[in-house]
Amino acid sequence: MSDIESRFADAHPPLTHAQAVVEANRCYFCHDAPCIQACPTDIDVPGFIRGIATGNLAGAARKILEQNIFGGACARVCPTEILCERACVWTEAGEQPIAIGALQRVATDWQMAQGEQPFIRAAPTGKKIAVVGAGPAGLSCAHALALRGHEVRVFDAKPKPGGLNEYGIAAYKMADAFAAREVEFIISIGGIDIEYDRELGETLNLAALRMEYDAVFLGLGQTAVNRMGIPGEDLPGIHDAVDFIAELRQAEDKATLNLGRRVIVIGGGNTAIDAATQARLLGAEEVTILYRRGPEHMSATPEEQRWARQHGVNIHFHAAPLRVEQVEGALRILTAGQNFVADTVLKAVGQKFAGLDGVRLENGRIAVDAVHTTSLAGVFAGGDCVAGQDLTVRAVQDGKLAARAIHAFLGF
Amino acid sequence: MADLTTIFAGIRSPNPFWLASAPPTDKAYNVERAFRAGWGGVVWKTLGEDPPIVNVSSRYGAVSYGGTRIAGLNNIELITDRPLDLNLQEITQVKRSWPDRAMVVSLMVPCTEESWKSILARVEQTGADGVELNFGCPHGMSERGMGAAVGQVPEYVEMVTRWCKQHSRMPVIVKLTPNVTDIVKAAAAAKAGGADAVSLINTITSITGVNLDTMSPEPMVDGKGTHGGYCGPAVKPIALRMVGEIARDATTRGLPISGIGGISTWRDAAEFIALGATNVQVCTAAMHHGFKIVDDMISGLSNWMDAKGYASLPDFQGKAIQNFVHWDDLNLNYKTIARIDQDLCIKCGLCYAACEDTSHQSIAALRVEGRRRYEIIDAECVGCNLCAHVCPVEYCITMVPVESGQPHLTWKDHPNNPSSANFAG
Repeated sequence: MSDIESRFADAHPPLTHAQAVVEANRCYFCHDAPCIQACPTDIDVPGFIRGIATGNLAGAARKILEQNIFGGACARVCPTEILCERACVWTEAGEQPIAIGALQRVATDWQMAQGEQPFIRAAPTGKKIAVVGAGPAGLSCAHALALRGHEVRVFDAKPKPGGLNEYGIAAYKMADAFAAREVEFIISIGGIDIEYDRELGETLNLAALRMEYDAVFLGLGQTAVNRMGIPGEDLPGIHDAVDFIAELRQAEDKATLNLGRRVIVIGGGNTAIDAATQARLLGAEEVTILYRRGPEHMSATPEEQRWARQHGVNIHFHAAPLRVEQVEGALRILTAGQNFVADTVLKAVGQKFAGLDGVRLENGRIAVDAVHTTSLAGVFAGGDCVAGQDLTVRAVQDGKLAARAIHAFLGF
Repeated sequence: MADLTTIFAGIRSPNPFWLASAPPTDKAYNVERAFRAGWGGVVWKTLGEDPPIVNVSSRYGAVSYGGTRIAGLNNIELITDRPLDLNLQEITQVKRSWPDRAMVVSLMVPCTEESWKSILARVEQTGADGVELNFGCPHGMSERGMGAAVGQVPEYVEMVTRWCKQHSRMPVIVKLTPNVTDIVKAAAAAKAGGADAVSLINTITSITGVNLDTMSPEPMVDGKGTHGGYCGPAVKPIALRMVGEIARDATTRGLPISGIGGISTWRDAAEFIALGATNVQVCTAAMHHGFKIVDDMISGLSNWMDAKGYASLPDFQGKAIQNFVHWDDLNLNYKTIARIDQDLCIKCGLCYAACEDTSHQSIAALRVEGRRRYEIIDAECVGCNLCAHVCPVEYCITMVPVESGQPHLTWKDHPNNPSSANFAG
């Protein structure tokens, strides 16, 4: 591995078998376990951990994957410190919680290493469903539908599947082409075809999909970005952080990406953290996050903030940019207090749903009911294009629940 | 600083921690290392007649529990596989170099008077402090009419003990096998034969597991397994009970006991001594962690004795014997109830699951303002202790005695007992 690639290697290497068994045995196997309730996909956490403790990895993996087919990705990217691990009774006792994410990875990695998934598809139903978006919401839905015997055609605007797992998450969280391998694992259930470079509103038409398919699921994600709305926002050298992250993830040779010596990242979410940390790993000497409010308001978790600082990223709070100016081949960012100079500025001030004609929206996202039905009959939606926490695990749950609703809608 | 000096069966040692007859005491090299580490004495690994026995390759099986290594250990090694002369020379040399440490020699020879007489004479010449008769080894030797084959027949125990007392002036310690129905019978036989002391327990006949790939019992030798002797922390409760039985029984009371069986810490040792042992022998803990564990054993026991005001071992030795009673001497009117300290509770609900599924349904699982809360239902609690045992938080669940207002009443006097004078019919 080249030096630069090794810098983007697995952020948290997997537990060894012995470490996993010791950690699994720390689990108290709680009654009415709070970690299960904290998991957006309702994984039976103590149940799968017991499987690891006893050497029943097949049982452990099945327990995870039957609730969350993206169990491998979630083991890597879930903010467990604000979900299951925060709910862990060890946390209540003031001690280190069970490393639930790391244990989940042990089981799901084991299953993927077997080269097959533990589920068997039901007999064909003859029903056809279109899924728009091959991200966690779309593929979770597709898998759950295929499992029930339906035929699923997935359309994605990008040339590769995986959505944010492939394009939007820091490389060290999804090392070794994990996103692509996981998609392959998921679609190995059969009955799922994916068409790439098909974008809704461009080369794909919702009305036509509704005519051709028995149901449609929209897992469109948030493909538009917010603007800061300040003078100088469009100067050369200012980019969207999501584009930088995507470019980095897709680069054949990361060394070709050059951000210059000084990088400023504007924003307070995980995208800002991922962009800033990766800028450091690429070799930028000074990387600074500017966030308009205090640390308690940052949507990046304390763990994420710590991670960035460990990699030498400076975080300035209460530093709302007022204007960007070009000065001597660099950019100057003016805030109410200090001014900052950078060679590259990355904007990470939030993504938003790009919009869709003909379907009812609510607060800028697709309006759905409790079972993910949109205002259009037979059209369902989930993931980041509907209201809710913008987390992979929530998108997976949406897709899973929508599949159940579609199955019922189709009369099963 | 408490005085840990021990005199056991007339043998003096600076502390009560001896290494049991086993691989750690197989040769001068190990024993000298042990003495340097601070062990008070050793029982040299069992000597037999030449030619030496032959051992197999693959000798130990172990039980790991919950990620903890060696909760129990089993072995299929036999007695020493080195020539008798070599062992005797080394014993002589080591005893001369370490005169203040106890040097006891374990012996196992065929069940004839001549065999015992001959080896005793040779051991006596080494300057050793005593002998321990290995009547316990449950594998390999018992099939040849030695070890447990002798220990399981009280008449043989008495006979061989008597030979040894007749043919030697050394103290004789009889090591007992736990693979019997009544340990007191064997101890009484040793006493009748003139034994100066008994030591127990030897290992328990066992199979540590079955390899589900090769379908062979473990430890496995070329695809086959055989029963071995089980020891280590898992056997401590069994050993304690047997030591206690011998200590309290009228026929064996007062017979010095060397406690053996899963002793890993000073606390284990103190428990054996409280229940009647004079000293203890250790093996598995040393095999797991090396000889240096004796350091904490010595300082831990000494510090605990200081804290309790015991100046020397006899001050607490045997103090628990009087409280080791038969079930029908227990007070049926004694009552305890579980108490949950809500401030310490981490809401894991293990107490609830245990009580609800397997005991007396005396814990309520509540939600108070959305938070879990577990409460004891006093009227249903029988004071069984299960919830306190499953609770992972120290001191969170305690068993609190409650005033029953009833007099002390044992089964012997209970009106439900047909053989009681108070039987109500």
